[in-house]
Amino acid sequence: MAVEGAVASRSGLRSALPLLAPAYLWLTVAIFLPLSAMVFFSFMTELPLSGKPWAFTLGNYAAFFSQSLYLTLLLASLRLGLEVTLWCVVIGYPAAYVLAKVLKGRSREAIFLLVILPFWSNGLVRIFSWAMVLRQGGILDTALNAVLPFKINIDLMYSYPAVIIGLVHSYVPYMVLTCYLTLQAIDDSLIEAGRSLGASRLQVLKRVIIPLSMPGLVAGAALIFVPVVGSFMEPRILGGRTGTFYGTVIEDQFVAVFNWPLGAALSFILLAVVLVILAVASPVLRRAA
Amino acid sequence: MRMPRLTALLTATAVFTTALTLAASAAEVHVLNWKGYGADEPWAVEAFEKATGNKVVNDFFNSEQEMLTKIRTNPGLYDVVMINAAFNDQAIAEKLIQPIDTSKLPNYADISKDKAGSPMLDHDGKVYGVPWVWGLTALAINEKSFDKPPTSIAEMWDAAHKGRVVIRDDAVEAVQFGAIATGQNINDIKDMDSVKTKLTSLMPQIKTFWSSENDWNQMVASNQIDIGTYWSGSADRAKTHFKLPVSLVIPREGAVAWLDAFSIPAGSKNVEGAQAFINYMIDPKFYVEWVTKVGAPVSANTKAVEALPEDSFNRKVMGDPEVAKRIQFQAPITDAQREAYLALWQQLKVDVK
Repeated sequence: MAVEGAVASRSGLRSALPLLAPAYLWLTVAIFLPLSAMVFFSFMTELPLSGKPWAFTLGNYAAFFSQSLYLTLLLASLRLGLEVTLWCVVIGYPAAYVLAKVLKGRSREAIFLLVILPFWSNGLVRIFSWAMVLRQGGILDTALNAVLPFKINIDLMYSYPAVIIGLVHSYVPYMVLTCYLTLQAIDDSLIEAGRSLGASRLQVLKRVIIPLSMPGLVAGAALIFVPVVGSFMEPRILGGRTGTFYGTVIEDQFVAVFNWPLGAALSFILLAVVLVILAVASPVLRRAA
Repeated sequence: MRMPRLTALLTATAVFTTALTLAASAAEVHVLNWKGYGADEPWAVEAFEKATGNKVVNDFFNSEQEMLTKIRTNPGLYDVVMINAAFNDQAIAEKLIQPIDTSKLPNYADISKDKAGSPMLDHDGKVYGVPWVWGLTALAINEKSFDKPPTSIAEMWDAAHKGRVVIRDDAVEAVQFGAIATGQNINDIKDMDSVKTKLTSLMPQIKTFWSSENDWNQMVASNQIDIGTYWSGSADRAKTHFKLPVSLVIPREGAVAWLDAFSIPAGSKNVEGAQAFINYMIDPKFYVEWVTKVGAPVSANTKAVEALPEDSFNRKVMGDPEVAKRIQFQAPITDAQREAYLALWQQLKVDVK
């Protein structure tokens, strides 16, 4: 957004147009038009495709408020989003720090490759691999029992932790990549200056490194939080009895009962809630950054 | 995040179906059915094409609602559509399907009388659906977990199986299963509260909600479950083709039965080809091959079932008159009921979280 503003203020909009046009054309065709169609559907009693008579209604939005279950699930999904984001920070940030500041040359390239490797496989394949690892008698259970002298029983499959593990694994590379970029940009001499002026390692981390890498943390958190709140595939496959979330209920409306208007309305309520959260959080985060 | 993808899918489907409409010609038979459900078997398509000169074009649906929408929005495109008998009424009411001249279907005479005369398929003396196959949603067990197969549906609630029970993620099926467990008629549930109470007490027993045959079979293969609801044809397939320790239990309280039938959409451009295709689908030769190669539900054609080996599951177990007495066939349900069932089911799933 900052770049865009700078270009416009230099009154270079005309010269920038050919550069911006492909992206905006693509966004219009691929995002804006379909999304508008969905907004339209969400105010209908029946899908026009169904051939039945239809009318405009607010009933689909009212349905959200008339039943407590949607709110319960929305809160559960928001909690899931927060937890997954938190774990991604805990796991991703130190990894990004090591990549940016400790490793050099070949070893950095090799580790970097390992971090982005999960991106190259299909999401469904990753989730089914976790199913094989986490279940009772699965890879983790068998391996631990082969090594440990006592018998333990690992059966994480079809549980809330399984959903967290699957989602964190899918999204942690975003955190590593965004934090890596900001951490790498920190001038080493700033850290050295801090140290030479008597700051402990912890103080340097708190006063220099974290504040300077905050934009990366914020960008990573937003990139992770938003899709996780709406996720449905991972909870359905890994969550079992506990895998009902807001996203799975929306999926049911589209796939199981073919009630697209209600599904669309539920999706836009989610979109609105996520936008409100990001809007409320942004001043705080901007100050922090 | 999910919206653009779904809408893109919608657009792609619209473009694709338009392309199909343009490509339709008289010598083609356009068939609408579930994917992997007999009509699209390559060997069957090849045999039919060789015998009749018609070319088969398969299209698929993922839910009954989607199937109805596809016929509504593409009049004249499809020649044959597979409709669960419980949805036939709705298709007739909307004038989506036409009466079938059964005299053009030599195999129709061998359809069992109770199926051919089903009031769900016949209206005003006209036949709107040709019964194809039927099956059960009953229980199946992991043989490793039982010395002796259970006989009662109550086994699902037994504390010994806590965390090792599965049920399909389908609102209608779950509610009807609850009706059987509380001794009610699945098509006329009087006491919804007792169904809800019964299902509520089942939820903590459950490991996960299955949605495909593959889910079920994998959980048995890795010995993670003891018992759960399952389809009769799938249990048979699991045992005979995947060699899994699965056996079907038809509890003494009863089971949910469904009947699948073929219809001809109004405005079909190739009624003759459609008749030939339906006749081929209910032919004993096709059925025996389907059962042997893939595994299938029970044919509505008595001669087709008789052509199976005497000890085959579809003949011995499903043909048992004792079984016939305690199963209940699904009748049509309204959209309002379906949405009420879904609301109940979602509430149950949220409460157990």
